[in-house]
Amino acid sequence: MILIHCPYCDEKRPEIEFANAGQAHIARPLDPSGQSDADWEAYLFIRANPRGRHHERWRHTHGCGRFFNAVRDTVTDKFETTYKAGEPRR
Amino acid sequence: MSGFRLETGGRIDRSQSVQFHFDGKTYQGFAGDSLASALLANGVMLFGRSFKYHRPRGLVAAGSEEPNALISVNRGPGRFTPNLRATGVEIHDGLKAFSQNRWPSLAMDFGAINDRLGMFFPAGFYNKTFMWPRSFWDRVYEPAIRKMAGLGDAPTAEDPDVYASTYAHCDLLIIGAGPAGIDAALGAMDTNKRIVLIDEQNELGGGALADPTLWPWLERSVKALTDAANVTILTRTTAFGYYHDNFIGAVQRLTDHRPEITDTPREKLWRIRAGEVVLAQGAIERPLVFDGNDKPGVMLSSAAKVYANRYGVAVGKAPALMASHDSGWHDVFALAKVGVGISAIIDVRESVDSALVHEADRLGIPVYLNHAVVGVNGRHGVSSIDICDYSHQRVHRVEADALLMAGGWTPSVHLWSHSKGSLKWRDDLGAYVPDVPNENVHCVGGCSGDWDFGTGAVIDMLPTPKDQSRIKAFVDFQNDVTAKDIKLAVREGFRSIEHIKRYTTNGMATDQGKTSNLNGLQIASSALNKPVPDIGLTSFRPPYTPQTFGALAGHAKGALFQPTRTTNIDSWAQAHGAVFELVAQWRRARYFPKSGEDMHAAVNRECVAVRSSVGIFDASTLGKIEVVGPDAAEFLNRMYTNPWKALEPGRCRYGLLLKEDGFITDDGVSARLAPDRFHLTTTTGGAARVLNMMEDYLQTEWPDLDVWLTSTTEQYAVIALQGPNARKVLEPLVEGIDLSAEAFPHMAIREGTICGVETRLFRVSFTGELGFEINVPTAYGRAVWEQLMAQGAQYDITPYGTEAMHVLRAEKGFIIVGQDTDGTVTPFDAGLDWAVGKKKPDFVGKRSMARPDIVAPGRKQLVGLLTDDPNLVLEEGAQIVADPNQPIPMTMIGHVTSSYWSETLGRSIAMALVAGGHDMMGGTLYIPMPGKTHSAKVSGVVFYDSEGARLHV
Ligand SMILES: [Zn+2]
Repeated sequence: MILIHCPYCDEKRPEIEFANAGQAHIARPLDPSGQSDADWEAYLFIRANPRGRHHERWRHTHGCGRFFNAVRDTVTDKFETTYKAGEPRR
Repeated sequence: MSGFRLETGGRIDRSQSVQFHFDGKTYQGFAGDSLASALLANGVMLFGRSFKYHRPRGLVAAGSEEPNALISVNRGPGRFTPNLRATGVEIHDGLKAFSQNRWPSLAMDFGAINDRLGMFFPAGFYNKTFMWPRSFWDRVYEPAIRKMAGLGDAPTAEDPDVYASTYAHCDLLIIGAGPAGIDAALGAMDTNKRIVLIDEQNELGGGALADPTLWPWLERSVKALTDAANVTILTRTTAFGYYHDNFIGAVQRLTDHRPEITDTPREKLWRIRAGEVVLAQGAIERPLVFDGNDKPGVMLSSAAKVYANRYGVAVGKAPALMASHDSGWHDVFALAKVGVGISAIIDVRESVDSALVHEADRLGIPVYLNHAVVGVNGRHGVSSIDICDYSHQRVHRVEADALLMAGGWTPSVHLWSHSKGSLKWRDDLGAYVPDVPNENVHCVGGCSGDWDFGTGAVIDMLPTPKDQSRIKAFVDFQNDVTAKDIKLAVREGFRSIEHIKRYTTNGMATDQGKTSNLNGLQIASSALNKPVPDIGLTSFRPPYTPQTFGALAGHAKGALFQPTRTTNIDSWAQAHGAVFELVAQWRRARYFPKSGEDMHAAVNRECVAVRSSVGIFDASTLGKIEVVGPDAAEFLNRMYTNPWKALEPGRCRYGLLLKEDGFITDDGVSARLAPDRFHLTTTTGGAARVLNMMEDYLQTEWPDLDVWLTSTTEQYAVIALQGPNARKVLEPLVEGIDLSAEAFPHMAIREGTICGVETRLFRVSFTGELGFEINVPTAYGRAVWEQLMAQGAQYDITPYGTEAMHVLRAEKGFIIVGQDTDGTVTPFDAGLDWAVGKKKPDFVGKRSMARPDIVAPGRKQLVGLLTDDPNLVLEEGAQIVADPNQPIPMTMIGHVTSSYWSETLGRSIAMALVAGGHDMMGGTLYIPMPGKTHSAKVSGVVFYDSEGARLHV
């Protein structure tokens, strides 16, 4: 069972306290109605599936409840880093 | 002919005789014996029948790597454990053990005919042979194969034992308490580290238990570790898996060896998080591959030494040694020292360390270098062996009643591999050893390839002048895989060891190839003429040895498998005979049958009561979220399809929630209590999901909004009071709220008290009748419910359950998200476009409602169905077609989502999702069912009081 560092609690906690919430740094367009069908499709459905470094969102569901970002290696399943929502991509 | 008890020696307690049973026969052993050593001491060599060929099999090993001697233990009803290794079962008075995979008896087994037909059972046999005809597989092949090729019987009765589990944390976890593990513990003992030392055997010592010269050291060391306050020692504990971040799973066997204890847990699952791990798992001796190497009486030479020195049992009166490694020589010297006559030492090498030869000479043991065993005589045991002199290519016979194999050593890297540590190949050892760690872990002793067993030759199989096609030289004893099978796999084109493994099943038995993987690799390497590292190594996966489901499940079984959520009113429903159903972990009353009523009759009565007088329903499971803050209305406006900003305090609104893809995900009625405070409700199953979704948008998309979300689902009990007499029941109990139709209209909320308890009183209806939903603090739920029951008695107030609730709402065409929608239904599809705020510039899912696929014609839309036969109730999920006479397979254009008998309407009603359904009003559709095709007219979804007159009274 992986330990995940919650950047809000500043503690490493077992993964069963957390829930994955998909790829990170995909901002909802400020004006969805102004989006072309293609742009909106890309926002809704198109996701990266990298081998290696992956930026994803996690939520400390059974802890502080905060969403945060993480860099996880999809091959080794190791977390490189975690950081607060809103902070720049690492 | 075989094993016997030595006069002296061993760690057994000869003053404590133990009586046990094997296949119904009674034997004597001593305290400290394993089942294997005790049976061996009684001359038993035959322990089981092999998996595929039903060949007689005996002990190969003395530890948990044993591939052959799998037995079952019966501790009474529900306490039957198959597939235990006899080497790891401690005997006790009354132990009942049984051999497996034999019929009618171990010595006389009908399945042994498979052995004679062996030429018909090559690698891939099952895949190739039982392909045709297909219909034979279920009825003929599989039952026959299952009967013949099996391990122990699965237990049939429920397991009455209790299994414990615990979490543990330590700075240093040492796995394996042989000399290397004990040294590691002693070395760290004087630090302030919390240390856990675990070993699968019943006492610490590992390999030292078979070396009496180490016993004084062992005793001192065990005492020092036992006395150290910072060291926890777990014996009879198997570390079965090594997971991420130094998380180790281990099972401790607590009572199997102490049958007098029945009231404490049988086993305990340890989940250990360690700062640092030291693996001291040791090494496993490798068998040699030659014709007849699976005969009972052919075993590992290190095992013979364990039986002699640890258990005081000789494996034979005149065993011979077949070696490719020095360690076997040392083993038989140790046997000679305790009085076992060694008949011969045969070594495949042309020369060995001269000191070994001198010692053999001194002990009078004949030595045959550059020789190898090419045949073993005797069927249920060894009577003699045939050895080949390679220099003259001559075969001659040597008398022996057991044959010991010394093929070198395989570091036990199982847990290291679980932890994803990398391995490197060492040609000199013919083995993989740990290389780069992936966790904070290191290996010591035998499992690191560090040992003082001497040297040896690495050899795939012993050369033989015999016809290769006529010999059976086993690689995997448990799965009956021979060297020939592996060569056949290579001939048939398999190149990777992962494929060879799956085709031959080498290493895929319950022992995961502990004794067979490396020999299999060497044989494949020779056949492919490629070095071993180029062929790879198969992965080890947990568990290291098989563990019980009981230990893994722990208390999570039966009623404790998952929590059941109950409302404050649940106990009342229980006391009044409710039939329950589980809804998203909630236990909900489904209906309240009176004596003699079936579900149908009860539901009809409950529905009629609501429509004609008043019904009462426990709606406490509704999800509830309190939304508070200056931006609360703005937030809801962005989340829901409906407009919220203009909603006045004291009013309610039906909210429809979409996902960003435009599909309905939840709905519920919500109330504005104050400009900055809303009381949201969600579906019972959607509460957590909706809160998570709202938190997501609030935290990550709109962090500028000043809003707070709090789950209040469990803070309120909710009682729905529905029916024309609802107001009359409520009036005498409520204070501070004017209940008149003018002062308290439909879709309003008021705060006051009921029965003296604070309430948030909603005037809402999921039935189409005059209705109220009474929210009170959870603890008062049942008390208020009982007051309402008493007050409503004069109106024959009727408690109703979820089934009647479903019928009543369907009569009104109210959808249930997840039943009438399936994650691909838009508001328009569901006929809920009235709930969409057309003027709102944005809300979650709005942009998607203009996606090309969603505006395209032909989408499935929610419609009503009225069967032409009014008494026919369609099956929910039934498929719908436009033309019942079209050829099969028919084009299915939709399915029935809800279907009920409506006692109020005196006929059946149904809802369905049908492609283009909104344009089919009045048309006829068909529902083909086994034996009959039903027809139905398409209608709107509101079947009762379509103008809503009953609501506004
Ligand atoms: Zn946290």
